[in-house]
Amino acid sequence: MTLISLQDMSVSLAGQTVLRGVNLSIKKGEIVTIVGPNGSGKSTLLKAIIGAVTPSAGMVTATPGLVIGYVPQKLHIDQTLPLTVRRFLSLPRRVDDDRAMRALERTGAAALAGRQMSALSGGQFQRVLLARALLHDPDILILDEATQGLDQPGSAAFYRLIEELRAELGCAVIMVSHELHVVMAASDRVICLNGHVCCEGEPEHVASAPEYRALFGTGTQGALALYRHEHNHAHDHDHTHQHAHDHEAAT
Amino acid sequence: MSLLDDFLIRAALAGLGVALAAAPLGCFVVWRRMAYFGDATAHAAILGVALSLAFQTSVFAGVLAVALTMALTVSTLSGRGHAVDTLLGVMAHSALALGLVAVSFIDGVRIDLMAYLFGDILSVSRTDLLVIWGGSTLVLGLLGWRWSALLTATLNPDLAWSAGINPTREQRILTIALALVVAVAIKVVGVLLIAAMLIVPAAAARNLSTTPERMALMAAVIGGFSALGGLAIAWRFDTPAGPSIVSLAALVFTLTALIPMRQNARS
Repeated sequence: MTLISLQDMSVSLAGQTVLRGVNLSIKKGEIVTIVGPNGSGKSTLLKAIIGAVTPSAGMVTATPGLVIGYVPQKLHIDQTLPLTVRRFLSLPRRVDDDRAMRALERTGAAALAGRQMSALSGGQFQRVLLARALLHDPDILILDEATQGLDQPGSAAFYRLIEELRAELGCAVIMVSHELHVVMAASDRVICLNGHVCCEGEPEHVASAPEYRALFGTGTQGALALYRHEHNHAHDHDHTHQHAHDHEAAT
Repeated sequence: MSLLDDFLIRAALAGLGVALAAAPLGCFVVWRRMAYFGDATAHAAILGVALSLAFQTSVFAGVLAVALTMALTVSTLSGRGHAVDTLLGVMAHSALALGLVAVSFIDGVRIDLMAYLFGDILSVSRTDLLVIWGGSTLVLGLLGWRWSALLTATLNPDLAWSAGINPTREQRILTIALALVVAVAIKVVGVLLIAAMLIVPAAAARNLSTTPERMALMAAVIGGFSALGGLAIAWRFDTPAGPSIVSLAALVFTLTALIPMRQNARS
């Protein structure tokens, strides 16, 4: 069952085409990861799905009544805003204590309920954000670089939690990540994006695709090589496949 | 209605009306770091005064129109990637200067500029009182109606979108509320101190609060106390009323700033 589908969708921001002719559909229960260099339109794609940006062409269709749990890339909470974790969970819709505690327990954040949001560590913050996304029994979880600021064991644990949640709730997951080595292992499907869909498929298939290797390096496809490329998003601009890649187009 | 015959009672009610609406709105101004935005909108109000005198309309209407135009212009332009602080600096002071120049063209009527720059709370009429409480009620109604959506949009625009809230729309609601507060506060504290009525009570309430609702409530209490207390001081020591109100609020802020921030306090 298809939850969300994008048909030939293009997005322009400030006169620049960021995404061109993207076709994509997300089915119930699958984990889809979007990889791509900086400025390849990954976050924009997620924003188009949640309705924060309007496509300049094409369509985004979602199943009526689809419940989306969204975990933003970064959430800066101003020091001047007093906000407990418990109160945060009731924004914008009030939830009862029972539901709030269940969500917090599920992500291992139950002890944080009375704490101030601005006093949480990076890992605690991500757990609270994830708990908030789980509150209304989502059909799909959307995570934008959810492990930013977490160390390696931290993000590995985070992805394990995502897999568990998928198994438990049967929700689909769509996420954007830089951490190719971890993410590839946890995904059912990987979409390699660079202003358009370069290639997609099972992780092994994508990792060996020439389009992918043109973006992320031509070395071995071992995990270590992938990991190294995480630190340096220099791309081979002379690669030969026929798509035009304008890396400067999007920010 | 003999009670309202007393100008001091009218002044107290006017001050209270402005303080109650300014405080919760001021919380959003603080949370969203819009302090300078509030200033710019308030400064533009003097142009509204000049225009309303020139066209012989009510000062409230003139100020509201100009403040609204100013606030909407700034929020539209800043959404298009202009450097906001520069933009505000240009527009705030240009509007103030233009307003002062425009006022000088109006002869015949001798207007007391000081009354608009620093307020003239002791000359509040029954009609003014009606306008002030009408405007304040409207602002409080707007904020109460949109409270959750406004808070969500303040946290993060994408989080708002994903919950079906349009953050641009919420920003516009705050902008309208801001223009309304400026228009009703000009008589009470004047153009130059309106921003203080927004920010100082909210800032003072921060250290006393663990939730946004409590901060808004505490800001209203502090604002109301400052309005009444400032008026009493002005009466007793013959000091200007608007500045006395703001000074008292600043004193409360100083006192609460001494309390260590209750970061990990359980609510």
